[in-house]
Order: sequence, then structure tokens, then C-alpha cells
Amino acid sequence: MTSATTQAHAPTPSEPGQLKVIQDATCTFCGCVCDDIDLTVKDDHIIEAKRACVLGKAWFLNHSIEDRPSCLVEGQPAMLDEGYDRAAQILTQGKYPIIYGLSDSPCEAQRVAVSIADWIKGTIDTTTSVCHGPSGMAFQGVGEVTCSLGEVANRCDLIMFWGSNPAESHPRHFTRYSLMPKGMFLPNGRKDRTCVIVDVRKTKSAKAADIFIQIKPKKDFEALWTLRALAKGVDLDPDQVQRETGVEYSVWVDLMERMKGCKYGVIFFGMGLTMTRGKHANSEAILALTRDMNAFTRFAAKPNRGHGNVTGADNVVSWRTGYPFGVNHSRGYPRFNPGEYTTSDTLANREADCAMTIACDPLANFSQPAREHLAAIPFIALDTKETPTTRAATVAFTVATYGINTGGTVYRMDDVPIPLRPAFPSPHPSDYDVLTAIEQRVKRILGVQG
Amino acid sequence: MNRETFILIPGRTTDQGCGVSEGKFRDKYQKEVRALRVAPGDMARLGLAEGDLVRLTGEEGQSVEVGITAAKKDELPEGLLFIAYGEISSRLMTGDTHGSGIPTSKGMEVTMELVQKASVAT
Ligand code: SF4
Repeated sequence: MTSATTQAHAPTPSEPGQLKVIQDATCTFCGCVCDDIDLTVKDDHIIEAKRACVLGKAWFLNHSIEDRPSCLVEGQPAMLDEGYDRAAQILTQGKYPIIYGLSDSPCEAQRVAVSIADWIKGTIDTTTSVCHGPSGMAFQGVGEVTCSLGEVANRCDLIMFWGSNPAESHPRHFTRYSLMPKGMFLPNGRKDRTCVIVDVRKTKSAKAADIFIQIKPKKDFEALWTLRALAKGVDLDPDQVQRETGVEYSVWVDLMERMKGCKYGVIFFGMGLTMTRGKHANSEAILALTRDMNAFTRFAAKPNRGHGNVTGADNVVSWRTGYPFGVNHSRGYPRFNPGEYTTSDTLANREADCAMTIACDPLANFSQPAREHLAAIPFIALDTKETPTTRAATVAFTVATYGINTGGTVYRMDDVPIPLRPAFPSPHPSDYDVLTAIEQRVKRILGVQG
Repeated sequence: MNRETFILIPGRTTDQGCGVSEGKFRDKYQKEVRALRVAPGDMARLGLAEGDLVRLTGEEGQSVEVGITAAKKDELPEGLLFIAYGEISSRLMTGDTHGSGIPTSKGMEVTMELVQKASVAT
């Protein structure tokens, strides 16, 4: 991959005072990756983001060119070359280097990050490990019956959400992809669909449901296993079902009848399932239930992915290493072991001795032991904005924002690649540029030709 | 109030999501990630009021102090607490991922105790 890839998508600067309209721009704030946004730009500010939701508007309209140096070394402004050199030294001198983040970078940059991990025999992990990592493990154990969001819009008459609150996390999910669209086989849109939401609390999304099922906290696995048993015709004790799940047996029987009777069902599941007790066992249960349902009708399951290109990170790391996240290269070939090579563990267990974080904020989001260790080792941070992580980094790069200032490719949550159409250029380098420069220096230090 | 055990659900909210774009050091984000939602029934039973400061303690003794706000009428069943993802919720996670790569970040068992009444603080 050469810089021609990013150059091809480079935005043109707008004339001072002139309005510029970018049609069908792509919002990368959440995994819906809506690519129908019309942006109006004036003097390097987005003044309108037509069709964007409240989160998308906040993403576009608050964007401004960061008035910060592109590079800081130990908190002091530095030339980019100095930063690249220092970053390459840190990464090549470590015994257990880790690279983490990537879910808000385009695939082209992710690809370079994997190469660096490979050269330095490091560990590469993405924010998937702290969101749908358990689902990634479950895909390997159970398999995935999947579909595109286009199929959902055109065919699905039973839409289920489990442990997911799209009204607040993916605001256009209902209107653009799942509940409201008038599809090829659903000419009346919402009226042709049934929506079921399962959650432990009555979220804002619950209002959109025809049937809301409030289960006991930490009992997702038991609830899913109840449905699996009902699908197979296994006799269950109604009292025990109610005791375990907090929901009457008859509600589950009714839901199973609807699931068997629909033409095409889909379950979107969220971190309510993966972050709670049971984790990958919960994801396995939902995937196994989905597989079971295909004996009766067409059924698919999709994780509702959070960040704009977290799905791309899974894809890129998979196609480069064979595994989606938590990949260790210390033996010269990739090994996958969540719980050992995942960043929460390599930091909390005090194993990593240097790090590079890309478009993520572990010093705000990680457990206390993991934060303390990251703050104690040399690390490089790339981010578009100042964060607790960039403030503490040995080398911090301010990078241009993907989708607004730089082009490239991202994957929507259903694994469909979407091109970015940036609005205006940034004086800061892209993460692709920074990673490419670091990779060149790493190769030079390691004596790699080419 | 005596110390009581609750289940804490951290999650996304609209204001937290917008706050990420507007700036994590800005008021909107900071306010949103520092407000613990408590079921009105629990507040009445425990004699808690809007703005009271409570201490949450996790299973390994990690603790945070946070102000409370009443959850919408039927959002939370009693015994459940909610907070937007952020600084406070992260501090309550343990380093152990149980071999999964992800610490338990939802459905965390915490104890809650009163630190200071809002009426005293103001
Ligand atoms: S739903 Fe997500 S991708 Fe679409 S406009 Fe809103 S934040 Fe952006």
C-alpha cells in the first residue's frame, strides 16, 4: 500500500468564505457508518450535516482542526521526524511491545499497524477485545449465521435486540436499517415488522418495541438457553424458568412461536451480553440459538458494533494474521489467546514493557491496574484530540480525523466496506502517514530491506 | 443508610456519546459520566435525594465517590444502578478478565453507602 491510496481520497481545500458541499459523506462515529450524509463546509468548519443523527451531528459539527502540535515528545512540541525516530526506538527496544486500538482508523492504517507488530514481534490487539471480543471468540466456537443490513432492511419481519440500546448508541439503526425502512418484501415498513427487545433495564430503545422483555441481570445465558430448549421441544419447569430468568414461562413460549413463525428473523446483540457474566458463553448461546432457528425459518444474528471501523479492525487483523484481535507475534508467527494477549491482560499483568495506542483512550477506559501499568511504561499515542492517554504518552501524535480530513475504507458493522469522502484537509498527518513513517524507521533499525 | 449491595450497569447514553465528540474535558461529558442513576424506589427506601454523594465499592475493594440522580420512573428495577461509561465506571472494573480479554464491565456487584447529603454540601 502506498500513500497513493490516501492521496486518491485527499480532500480539496475550500476557498475562504465559500460554501462547499460534500454529498454522501460517511459518518464514522458509530458502526452504522451512514454514507448518505451531506456536509456543508465553510472556512474549515462543517456547518451542516444533513441526515446525521444527534451523535453524527456532534461528531461533524464539533470537528475543528486541533490547535496543537502534530507531535509532542515528553510533553514538549517536537518535529515529526523526531517523534517518528523516538517511536521506532521505543517499539524496537521493548521485550514485550503491544499495539492497541485501531477501531477509529481506516483499514489502510490498520494494515500498517499490523505490519509493525509483525516486524517487532509484538502483540496487536484492537478495542474489539473490550467490546465484542467475546463474540469474536464465539464465532470461532459456533460459527456465524450472518446477513447484511440491506437484507435486514428488505427482508426481516422479526427484529430482535438483545442487550443493546440503539436509540442511544446507534440512533439511525431503526430508521435506516432495521425497523422503519420499506423493503422489497416489507412494503409497509414498520407495520410489516415485529420488534422484540430483551434487556435488564427499560432503555430508551424499549419504547420502539412491540414486545419488551425485562430479564434478571446476569441471566442472559439462562434466558437464551431457555429459548434453545423451547426450539428443540425440551420440557421445562415453568417455575424454574421464571425463577432463573425473571420472566414468565409463557412469555418465552410466545416469543419462540413468533421466532419460528417469522419469514426472516434477526437478533442484534450488544455489550449487554458480552460485557456481563458469561461473556463469550452468552455470545455462543445467541449464535447457537440463531443456528437452531434455521431449522424452522431464516434467522441471522449480528453484533451491534460501536466504533466506526471496529469491524474493519477485525477484518484487517484477521486477513493479516488469521485471528481477529489479541494476536502475539513473539515466536515469529501469530498466536491468538484472549485473556493472555489482550491488552487489558498484558497491562494489568504488567507484562507489556512498551506500547503504541492508536485512536483509543485506555487511560480513561481501562481498569485501574491496567492504567497504572500503561502510565509506567514508555508509550506512543496517536489521536485526533487531546485525551488522558495522549497527555501521559512519551510520544503523542495529533492526527487528522478519518472521514472528515482523510480518506480510506471502513467496514460497516455488517462487514460491508464503505469508502470515506473527506470534507477538508488537516495540517496534521493522517494515522496512515504516521504509522508508515514509524514502520520505515522500525525496518531500518531492524535491518529489514525494502 | 447502611451499606447495601447493588448491581451496576454502565452503558452508553446520548449525552456521553455527544460529549466524546465535544471534548472529554468539557462539562457535558464530565457531568454525564459522573451521575449515578438510582431507581426512585431505592432512593425513597434509603432516604436518598438528588445530588447526594455516595461511595460505590467493587468486589476487590476499589471504590469511587459519585453524586446520584433519580432514574426515570420505570427505567431501572430496584437493586439496579446505571452510569454512563467513563472514568467512574472504569475505576470499578477489576484487572481480571477471566480469560476473555475483557474485564466484567456490566452487571458489576457493588456496595453503595452514603458519604454526604446534598443538603449538607450546599
Ligand atoms: S447512526 Fe451512527 S453512523 Fe449514522 S449518523 Fe448516527 S452516529 Fe453517524
